[in-house]
Amino acid sequence: MVGNAMSTTHVRRAPLPTDIDESPSGINNFTIVAATVNGSGSQTANQCLLRAIFKMGIPASGKNIFPSNIQGLPTWFSIRVSRDGFIARRETAEIVVALNRQTAADDIAGVPPGGVVIYPTEWKLSEDRDDITYYSLPVQQMAKDSGANADLRPYVANMVYVGALTELLGIDVEEIKAALADHFQGKQKPIDLNFGVVQAAIDYTRANITKRDPFRIERMSETAGKIMMTGNSAGALGAVFGGFTVAAWYPITPSTSLVDALSDYAKELRTDPGTKEHSYAIVQAEDEIAAAGMVVGAGWAGARAMTSTSGPGLSLMTEYAGFAYFAEVPAVIWDIMRMGPSTGLPTRVSQGDVLMAYYLGHGDTRHVLLFPASMEDCFEFGWRAFDLAERLQTPIFVLSDLDLGMNLWMSEPFTYPDQPMDRGKVLSAEELRRLGGFNRYEDVDGDGIGYRTIPGTPDARAAYFTRGSGHNAFAQYTERPDEWEANLERLARKFAYARTLVPKPVVDEVRGAKIGIIAYGSTEPGIEEARSMLADQGVKTSYLRLRALPTTGEFNEFVARYPRVYVVENNFDAQMHKILQTEAPEQAARLIPIAKCDGLPLTGRWIARSILEKEL
Amino acid sequence: MAIQEPPAQGVNLIGLTRNDYKGRPSTLCKGCGHDSISARIISVAYDLAIDPTQLIKLSGIGCSSKTPAYFLNQSHGFNGLHGRMPSMATGATLANCSLSAIGISGDGDTGSIGMGQFKHMVRRNVPVVYIIENNGVYGLTKGQFSATADEGQQLKYAGLNELPAIDVCLEALVADCGFVARSFAGDPRQVEALLKAALSHRGTAVLDIISPCVSFNDHEDSTKSYAWGKAHEEIISDFTFIPAREEITVDYEAGTSVDVAMHDGSHIRLKKLDNNYDPTDRFSAMRLLEDAHIKQEFITGLIYINEQRPTLPELERLPEAPLAQLPAERLRPSREALDALMRKMM
Repeated sequence: MVGNAMSTTHVRRAPLPTDIDESPSGINNFTIVAATVNGSGSQTANQCLLRAIFKMGIPASGKNIFPSNIQGLPTWFSIRVSRDGFIARRETAEIVVALNRQTAADDIAGVPPGGVVIYPTEWKLSEDRDDITYYSLPVQQMAKDSGANADLRPYVANMVYVGALTELLGIDVEEIKAALADHFQGKQKPIDLNFGVVQAAIDYTRANITKRDPFRIERMSETAGKIMMTGNSAGALGAVFGGFTVAAWYPITPSTSLVDALSDYAKELRTDPGTKEHSYAIVQAEDEIAAAGMVVGAGWAGARAMTSTSGPGLSLMTEYAGFAYFAEVPAVIWDIMRMGPSTGLPTRVSQGDVLMAYYLGHGDTRHVLLFPASMEDCFEFGWRAFDLAERLQTPIFVLSDLDLGMNLWMSEPFTYPDQPMDRGKVLSAEELRRLGGFNRYEDVDGDGIGYRTIPGTPDARAAYFTRGSGHNAFAQYTERPDEWEANLERLARKFAYARTLVPKPVVDEVRGAKIGIIAYGSTEPGIEEARSMLADQGVKTSYLRLRALPTTGEFNEFVARYPRVYVVENNFDAQMHKILQTEAPEQAARLIPIAKCDGLPLTGRWIARSILEKEL
Repeated sequence: MAIQEPPAQGVNLIGLTRNDYKGRPSTLCKGCGHDSISARIISVAYDLAIDPTQLIKLSGIGCSSKTPAYFLNQSHGFNGLHGRMPSMATGATLANCSLSAIGISGDGDTGSIGMGQFKHMVRRNVPVVYIIENNGVYGLTKGQFSATADEGQQLKYAGLNELPAIDVCLEALVADCGFVARSFAGDPRQVEALLKAALSHRGTAVLDIISPCVSFNDHEDSTKSYAWGKAHEEIISDFTFIPAREEITVDYEAGTSVDVAMHDGSHIRLKKLDNNYDPTDRFSAMRLLEDAHIKQEFITGLIYINEQRPTLPELERLPEAPLAQLPAERLRPSREALDALMRKMM
C-alpha cells in the first residue's frame, strides 16, 4: 500500500516488530549514556571520553540531552561508537553510567539485555536485573580521596566513570590524558586533579572488577585527519572567513554559543596585531528586535551584518526581516532551531521554524533559507550567506538547529572559500559619475535586482531614500497601484533569480531505486543510517538533501523520477513537505510526509521503520 | 509654510547652495512645527558646510519620521520601523563611524513603542543627533495621546489624559546621555544653536523639540477650540480638511520665560536657561527638570553636556577606516590561518 497521507483508503499497518533492528553491538559498536545531574560538571568527563575514542580512530558522536536549567535537573550525554561510521542518535544505549539517583530506575530499566550499568557503590542498589551486568565503584569516596575541595568533589566524581570505562573498554589512557590537557588548555592543576581520579578509578577497576561484558574499544584509523566541532563554532568560523563586520545578538539557547565562538575566532583572526583594532563589531543588544535592527542598519550602511537566534528570537525579528525583504537590505540571520511553539523546550531540537522563516513577515514575503547538515555546511554557509545576501540584497536565513549547533560532530577539515567575496551590485562614485545617476529599484539587468549605493559614497547622486512603505523604481514614496504591483513583480523576479544562486541539493540516485527520500539539515546522519537499514531489507532508495529554499530544478527533476518521495523532517506539521508541495504543485501527491517531533534527533531506525511501514 | 527660505545667496564653504540641502516638498499639515525643524536642519547644514554625502538621516514611524524626506536630498535616508530607529542607527554608525547621523523621532516613536531602544542607544552612546519632534499626540493615527502628553490634558479624540507625562530629557539623563537639550520648534535661533552644538557632540545628542500639532492637539475646554470644533464638527470627524494655521514662533531672551499660545488656544510656558546655568552637573540637571515639571514649565536650552563618555565605535575598538569600506584582505583571514586552525583541531 502506497502512503498518500490524504488517501482515505489507506490502511495503516502496525509496524512489524522484526522489521528493523539497530546494528548488533560489540567491539567499536555501541552507545554509552552518562545519566547525571545538570551542573555537576559531567561535560568535562563526557567530552574527554568522546575525544579519546575519536582520537583512537573510531567514528564517534556525542549528543547532549540536557535540561533548561543551571543546576539540578537530569541530563544525559550519549556517546555513540560506530565502526561503520554512523553518527546518528540511537534509541538504545548498551552502557549506562547511572549517576543520577532521581532517574536511575528508568535509566537502568532502559538498558537492553546484555547491557551494562555502572553506578556508585554508595547507593547500595539491589541489582535486580539478571540480564544485564552491574559494576559499581565507590564514586563519592574516590572523589573525597582525590584531595579536591568539597565544592569541586561533585565535578571530579565524574572522572570516576571515565577511569572505569577506560579500563573496562580498553581506551588508551594516554588519549584520556591528552583530552584532559586539551580540555583544560594545558592548565596543569586541573589536569592533574582530574587525571588523578581517572587513574585511581582505573586502579580500582583493575583490582576489584571482573569484566563480564562484550564491549571493547579497539584502535581504528577511520578518523585520521578529521576534526570534531559543533555547528555553532563552524558557522561562526565561516562568518569570520566570510568577512562579517557587524554582529548583533541577544542571548538565547541554543544559539548563544555561535556568537561566543564568533567573538573568540574574530578576536584571534580579525584583530590588527599592531593597533589591536578590530575589523568587526559585536554588540549584545537589548532584545532580538534591536539585534535585527542593528543588523539591518549595518547592512544598509555597507557592513556584512549578521545575527544568530532561535525561534522566540526569530519571532521578534519578524518586523525587521520583513522590512529588509521589502527595502532590500542584505543581512544574515542564523536560526538555531529549538523546540516550539512558544517557549517550547529550549534545550531540545526540532526543525520547527521552516514555515515561519520561509514567509517571515506580513504581506507577501518570501525569504531564502539555507539548511546546513554538517560541519562543512555550517562553515560554508557561514561565509556564503553573506555573498548571497549582498548579491540578492535581502536577508538570508541559515536554519541550523540545536543538534547541529551544540553537539560535537565529526567532520573533514574545512576548505577555504573557493571564490572571492561577492559584494553584489554596488555603484561607486566613479561609476555614478560615468552613469550620471541611478535609480535604486530599477531592474536594469532583468534579474529583479537594482543597483545600490553605500552611504558615504562621495557623490551627490549616490543618495536615495530607503523605506518600508510603498516605493517606486526611483525609491520615491508611492501609493499608485501600478507602481506597487510592478515592485512586487520585480521582487518575484528576484526570488526566481535566487533559485539559480542558492546552494544546489545533494542528490544520490541509486540504480533500481523505486522511492526517493528528501530531507534537510540535522536529519542527515539518521537518513544515511536508515538508507543502509532499508537497503539491508531490500528497499533501495534515492536521496535528495535540500540545502536551500527556494528549490532548484534538481528538486523537480528528482520528484519527477520517483512515484513516491518521502519527505523526512523533525517537526510535527511536516513543514517542509507543505512547502515542497507548493514548489511542485503538479507532483504534490508524490510527496509523502514522514515527520516526528519529540525533542530528540531522529534515529535511523525510526526513519527506516516509518518508510518501510508505508512501503509494505 | 515653514520650509520657505530666503533665496539662495551664493554658496557655502564647500561650494553648495542652500538649495542643495533641501528635500522633497513636505506632505505634513500647513503650519506643522516639524516643518520648521526641517528648515532649521537645512539651514544649519548649509551654515556648517556639512558634506551631505557624509551624513545619514534616519527615522522611525510617525509624522516626524516622514521629515527626513523633506531635507538634505543629497544624504542617504532610512525611514525604518516604529520605535526601532535607534537600533538601526546603532548598526549604521558601527558600519561607518565616519558619517554624521541625524535621527528624527517623535514622542510616540521614542516615548512609547521605542522607549527601550531609545534608552539603550543613549546607554551605548551611539554617535547620532537624536531629535524628538514632540507634540504629545499621535498625528498619523488621528489624535491619540502619546506618553509625553501632559497629565490632565484634554483631547478631542482621546478625552482626558490621567497618566503622568514621560519626560524624554529626563529619561536621557537617567541613561547617562552626554548631550541633553530641549527647544521649541518656533524658536529658530535656539533650535539652530542647539543643532549646531549637537552636531559637534561625539556621542548621542538628544534634542527634544516641542513641536505643536496643528490638527490634533485641540484642547476640549478651550473656547476657541470648542467654537472651532462646533463649527467644523463633520470636518473634524473625518479629517479630510486641515485648516491652514500660522506657524507659532517665539523669540525670547536667555533667563526669561514666555507663555506660548498653542493652536488649540492652550498655553505652554517655556523657560530659557540663563547664561550662568552650568550644564555639566547631571544631578542639577535632573533637579531642574523635576522642578520645571512641578511648575509646569518646559526648560529650553542645553540642559546637560558631558563629552567624556566613550562612544560605541570607540568601545568596539574600531579602526579609523569605516568597517563598510575595509578591503576584502582585511576581512577574510588567509588560507594559512584556516589550515593552521584545522591542524590544531585534528
